[in-house]
Amino acid sequence: MSTTVNAMPAARPLIPLPAGTTMRGLLWQAALALAVVLIGWSLYSNMLTNMAARGLQFGYGFLNRSAGFPIGEGIIAYTPSDTYRRALTVGFLNTMRVAVVGVILATVVGVLLGLARLSPNPLLRSLTGGYIEVIRNTPLVLQLVFWHSIILQMPSVRQALNPLPGFFLSQRGLKMPALLAEPALTTCLLALLSGAILWYGLARRERARQMEMGERKSTVVAGLALLIGLPAAAAALFGRPTVEWPELTGFNFEGGLALSPEFFALLIGLVVYTAAFIAEIVRSGIQSVHKGQWEAARALGLAPGRIMRLVILPQALRVIIPPLTSQYLNLTKNSSLAVVIGYPDLVSVANTSINQTGQAVEVITLFMAVYLIISLVTSFLMNLYNRAVALKER
Amino acid sequence: MAAPALPTFGERSAAFARACFNGPLNIAISAVCIALLVWLVPPLFNWAIWTATWNGNAAACREAGGACWAFIREKFWFSVFGLYPYEERWRPGLMLVILVTLVVSSTFRAFWNKWLIVAWIIAAPLMLVLMGGGVFGLSSVATRLWGGITITGIIAVYGLALGYPLAIVLALGRRSKLPLIRWFCTAVIECVRGVPLISLLFMAAIMLPLFLPEGITLDRLARVLVAYTIFTAAYMAEVVRGGLQAMPRGQYEAADAVGLSYWQKMRLIILPQALSITIPAQVNTFIGLFKDTTLVIVIGVFDFFTTLRAALGDPNWLGFPTEAYVFAAGVYFILCFAMSKYSQRLERDFQPAGR
Repeated sequence: MSTTVNAMPAARPLIPLPAGTTMRGLLWQAALALAVVLIGWSLYSNMLTNMAARGLQFGYGFLNRSAGFPIGEGIIAYTPSDTYRRALTVGFLNTMRVAVVGVILATVVGVLLGLARLSPNPLLRSLTGGYIEVIRNTPLVLQLVFWHSIILQMPSVRQALNPLPGFFLSQRGLKMPALLAEPALTTCLLALLSGAILWYGLARRERARQMEMGERKSTVVAGLALLIGLPAAAAALFGRPTVEWPELTGFNFEGGLALSPEFFALLIGLVVYTAAFIAEIVRSGIQSVHKGQWEAARALGLAPGRIMRLVILPQALRVIIPPLTSQYLNLTKNSSLAVVIGYPDLVSVANTSINQTGQAVEVITLFMAVYLIISLVTSFLMNLYNRAVALKER
Repeated sequence: MAAPALPTFGERSAAFARACFNGPLNIAISAVCIALLVWLVPPLFNWAIWTATWNGNAAACREAGGACWAFIREKFWFSVFGLYPYEERWRPGLMLVILVTLVVSSTFRAFWNKWLIVAWIIAAPLMLVLMGGGVFGLSSVATRLWGGITITGIIAVYGLALGYPLAIVLALGRRSKLPLIRWFCTAVIECVRGVPLISLLFMAAIMLPLFLPEGITLDRLARVLVAYTIFTAAYMAEVVRGGLQAMPRGQYEAADAVGLSYWQKMRLIILPQALSITIPAQVNTFIGLFKDTTLVIVIGVFDFFTTLRAALGDPNWLGFPTEAYVFAAGVYFILCFAMSKYSQRLERDFQPAGR
């Protein structure tokens, strides 16, 4: 910045520009804009020429055509005569299914492993450490293929392993008891939900009372009574929900909930892999809390459980949440590796659609956009949560 | 003052036992751990070593019942070179020797000077010429015949070498004062990081040929490298941006005060510091990128893992997938674990004294 005083007033610019704008900066930006437009336009025209040479036309009209290929599994009904739009929706829902279940399980397993990594017991600590190092330092593709081959080497349906009553593990995947979707289940779930809401309200009121009067009453007994009592009452009044147990009939199991070998392998692979990363995040988050905080909490006479819950975790969460978000996103993106073991996720269905229609550009841009939206929505939600736990500066 | 004596083995084992078995909860945890070890280790030892077959054929393996390491012995060189013509195998072999020498010497801080960069710049095209041939009397070998560890090394190293400069440009662009440039770089970085790598690989394999002018085709390996380079650039750019943001304002202001231009300021003051403080993070990112080279399986490029998997289809050696996966996992583990230990050491070395 020159400090000399100009003898002449600067000429008025033709167009008023924001402060700090320089000619050179404008030129750089103009060059970039020009390059983007030119390259984009030439790529687009190349694409149209190339597609025309292959007898294709750019457009999303093919989404309404009949797909004609079967999909192994899905949440919504699908037959090969349905449209590509529906096929891709089935794939998307399959991706979401494995991602949502995976994120929940990986968080639970990861937090437990992270705590085990900090255990005072050296045996537990080193076992978890070994697990984390091995899992983190091998490629996920390899692990997925490995789990898939393990499941395919399982005994046949007739000799299925039966680790827990009602759970059968065989080459055909996992079979487990299922709750039948019927009105009784809905009422019980509603009762459970209202129990949880009531407990939350009760806890809030007790907290407010504690703030005011300084005395503390536990809500655990009342809360558990609500949580168990309300659904039990609903079951007694409106009928119990039916549990359907899988049964071996002939060559396959009937009834119950089935997890295909592909889904099961993908889920185990993603959970085992992501949990190892989450464990390290949890460990370093807890270790980032200063030793003085532990000592101060102990000096106040808090019990170990409450030190963790009231003093350490709220501070550790600030360090944990941002990298945890990227692990959730990684899990979702990694679920696209399903294509390697044949689970019909979005990428896998999209791949088949490309092979059949040749509309590569449309399909690939479509699923990239879907992943981008998932990423943006997840980071938005996690940012909201992060703001809630962030340090409240006064 | 005499140094305190190191605890003896007896003292240490006593402390270990105390830590494992004080209190009922701890005893229970230890019991579960020991049960887990007893349940896992002997069968594993039995399979991997005791009943394993190290020599012989598939029939001998099936008879012994344990791990069939003879299969890995048989397929080892295949997993290194893939389908590369047998009599020309010295070429990828020599290339790997050059590559490993360069990578290993790059890990010593004593060698971090401009000669190392010169060596890389000379070696990089040389290695590709050695592999591809067609000049100096070397017979031409198509890239679809390249495979094994050679391909894994090429994708990882060339992806990093090409992606790194791009990463610096993207990171500087994202921190630029010029809005158009900042938006563009942010959009590129976020879009690449928001989608899975395999969608980029699909894009490179299937979409890229549609975007090229008529008559120009790009080799499949080159297309993989394009995808991998963009991916590396976006992830490294975020690491570099972290370094740029960690620089105290005073560094920028001091550079401005002595009248350096933007490029002089970045090249002489900011980047050398920002890059060196982020080297451990860069190594960690590279470990992830290295593991992700296995994703080329989805578009049919034969890297180390895919080559091993292809070996499973040999009709003489059917039914030993676990051995192949354990071997591949072992190789990746050794490489990644070494890199992560290296990054931890660098982190300690780079820590300012007195902290």
